[in-house]
Amino acid sequence: MEKKDTSKLITRRGALIVGAAAIGGVILARRFPKILPPTCGNFLRAGDSFTYGMQRALLSESSLAREYRPEDMTSFPATGTTDPATDKKAEFGGDYRRLQGGAFADWRLPVGGSVAKPRAFTLAELKQFTPRTQITRHTCEEGWTAIGQWTGVPLSAVLAAVGALPSARFVMFKAYDGWADSIDMVDALHPQTILAYGMNGRDLPIPHGAPVRLRVERQIGYKSMKFLKSITVADEFVDGGKDGNIQTGWAWYTGI
Amino acid sequence: MAEGPDQPGLSSGKTHKRWVRLSHWIITLSVLTLAFSGFEILMVHPRLYWGKAGNDLTPALMELPISRNYKHGGYDERVPLTENASGPVSASRTYNIFNQNGWGRSLHFLAAWFLVLPGLVYALLGFLTGHFRWNIWPRFRKLRARRIGGDGPQYKPLQKVTYTFVIFVAAPLMVLTGLTMSPAVTTAWPWLLDLFGGYQSARTIHFFASAVLVLFVIGHVVMVIRSGFRRQIRGMTLGR
Repeated sequence: MEKKDTSKLITRRGALIVGAAAIGGVILARRFPKILPPTCGNFLRAGDSFTYGMQRALLSESSLAREYRPEDMTSFPATGTTDPATDKKAEFGGDYRRLQGGAFADWRLPVGGSVAKPRAFTLAELKQFTPRTQITRHTCEEGWTAIGQWTGVPLSAVLAAVGALPSARFVMFKAYDGWADSIDMVDALHPQTILAYGMNGRDLPIPHGAPVRLRVERQIGYKSMKFLKSITVADEFVDGGKDGNIQTGWAWYTGI
Repeated sequence: MAEGPDQPGLSSGKTHKRWVRLSHWIITLSVLTLAFSGFEILMVHPRLYWGKAGNDLTPALMELPISRNYKHGGYDERVPLTENASGPVSASRTYNIFNQNGWGRSLHFLAAWFLVLPGLVYALLGFLTGHFRWNIWPRFRKLRARRIGGDGPQYKPLQKVTYTFVIFVAAPLMVLTGLTMSPAVTTAWPWLLDLFGGYQSARTIHFFASAVLVLFVIGHVVMVIRSGFRRQIRGMTLGR
């Protein structure tokens, strides 16, 4: 008799679990992104896509990355390209050298693609937007972290100024060191995703991406591209082809 | 050790259930891949820290001589990053570091899904079927020496304590400290950073917990060999 009761209990439990799993599955499927980055035949990239989908499905889109106190700020290594003007691999090193010579007065940031009013911003024009300052943790894929203070304009404000179209799904960035990369609209419109022109209360130093770098606080450091050259809003997935992460052998989504 | 009904692992007439066997081997493959890719990731930055942040320009808790990145010292002169001359500094890297994280990280996270998802199913079934209660959880007072209607392996007390530690302490600790290193996860769940005392503390705990798990795997394999390798592998694979 006792055994019978136990089996009934398990059945009821089982039904509850199957029901909960079904509801969970439907919610997950609804929130899972509809456009995933291509895998280019690499099974590792399929894993990256799954992580991207699961993080988008399970994590709140609006919560803010932790912001730290000024006394938490640490020393900050500059890695990757530390000066496109002298880096032999930097594709636009000559252009960058000229801009650097003019204290970036001639630097322009064209914002185009799926936008109603494409235009190019000067550094002074970017500084006219209401700035946002945040002390955040830079998390490098190598395993180190550094806490610094960033001042810039929220990307969402720039996208609003150029009238990003409702069809927009990704925002692509190009840089003076030849890098190209993109983020989805969830990250692009996040309040902490900024075009930073200041670091630790001063102008952004050249090794850290002068005159303007991207900050994407919910992803690994290499998504926060330095030395920005242009921004393109896109309806379809773009990551910059040979210059983009997927073809250079790195994960496009690095929320982990 | 003589073969017979009282030895650890399988005893006569007792079998591993199919879901135990399946999850055992999926998680085995996952853990081996995680250990391999995790070691590669550690080679890229073989310095451990405590607290929120740590990098080549801040003091390390310990440094591991496991790649050419060990104490490479390849940085330009240090320049102050704030108005405070004795405050944080910056320096540009001049050294071409070892870095295979392009595949290492992606392999690590792909393998981690094969730990987390089968691990969740295993944990759920372990609780629901009584596998944890009867077979894994140690019973120091032998109130029920002979289980009623139970089947499955009969483990020795020390073995049960070890499995309990691995399943309920070490494995969840690995997953949670791993998630604490994810900037997207800690944005949504900042309590993880508070739980472990910061990103770098979580990374250091992740490393030491992985070392403990590697020791467990070695001990586990030694015990399997000593108690009858063929019989144990057959039991965990075919259930007989």
